[in-house]
Amino acid sequence: MKGIIHQLDKAFESRIRLGIMSVLTVNEWVEFNELKQLLDVTDGNLASHIAALEKKGFLEVRKRFVGKKPNTSFRISQAGRKAFEHHIAALENLLRQQG
Amino acid sequence: MESNEQPLDALRDIKALMERSSRFISLSGLAGVFSGIFALVGAAAAYWRVNIAPWAVRSDDTPFGTGRIVHIDTDVASFLAIDAILVLLASIAVSYIFTKRKARRKQQPLWGAYSRHMLMNLSVPLVTGGLFCLILFYHGLIGLIAPATLVFYGLALMNAGRFSLEEISYLGLSEVILGLICMAFLGYGLIFWALGFGLLHIIYGILMYVRHDR
Repeated sequence: MKGIIHQLDKAFESRIRLGIMSVLTVNEWVEFNELKQLLDVTDGNLASHIAALEKKGFLEVRKRFVGKKPNTSFRISQAGRKAFEHHIAALENLLRQQG
Repeated sequence: MESNEQPLDALRDIKALMERSSRFISLSGLAGVFSGIFALVGAAAAYWRVNIAPWAVRSDDTPFGTGRIVHIDTDVASFLAIDAILVLLASIAVSYIFTKRKARRKQQPLWGAYSRHMLMNLSVPLVTGGLFCLILFYHGLIGLIAPATLVFYGLALMNAGRFSLEEISYLGLSEVILGLICMAFLGYGLIFWALGFGLLHIIYGILMYVRHDR
C-alpha cells in the first residue's frame, strides 16, 4: 500500500496541476485563457501551477503576439506525458487495492 | 482537498477534463482538398451525362429540374447514382488514409474519445439528411435534394466541429448558407453541389493544411 502511494508523483498532487496535464494530454497547443476557462481558476493561481510544471520540464511554453496582445500557449512534453501516464497508472493501482 | 484526494475522484476529474477539452485534431486538410477534387470531377461527369441524355420528362427546362419529375430515364438515374457513390467512396477512402497518417504524426489515436464524439455528432444529422433526401426522391422532388444535402451536411459539420478543428464548423456554416441560397434558386442544384462539395472542401482543406498540417 505504502509503495503504491510513493509512486504517485508529488508534482501532480494538486487538482489544478492534474487538470492542466489532463487537458494538455489530449490537446496540441492550449492557450492560457482556454486553460483558465476549462479549469475555472484565477490567473495567478494558474500561472503559479504552470510555473511549477514548467520547472519540472513537463510542459513547453510558447509566447507570441496576436496583434498587440501577448498570447501564451502550452504543450505537454515527452517527459510530462510519461510522468502523467505513470501517475494515472499509480492511481488506478491504488483504486484496485481499495476496491 | 488537496493532497489526499481520493484516487477515484482524481481519475474521474482527469477523464472529464480530457473529454471536455478534447478535440480531434488529426483531421487532414489534404483529405478535404482531394474530396473536393473528386466532387468536381463527379459533378462534371454528371453534367456531361445529363446534357446528352436529359430527363425523359421534366417539369421545366432548367438543368436539374425544380419540381416533380414524373419519369426519370433509368440509365441516367443509375449513372448519377453510381457517380455519386464513387465520389463518396473515393472521398471516404482518401480522408481515412490522410487522417490516419496525420494521427500517427500527432500521436493521437484514430479511434479515441475525440474521433468517436466527432463521428457521433457528424452521423446523426447526416443520416437524418440522407433519409430525408431518399424520401424527397420517393416523392419525386428531385430539385429539393441538392439544397437538402447541403443544409444537412452543413449542420452535421457544425455539430462535429465542436469536437474537431474550428475550420470544420466554419465549413459547415458555409455549406448551410450555400444550401439556403440553393433552395432559393432551384434548378441550379448541380452547380451549387459543385460549389459546396467541390470548391468549399478545397478552400477549407487548403486552409486547414496551411494552419495545422505543416
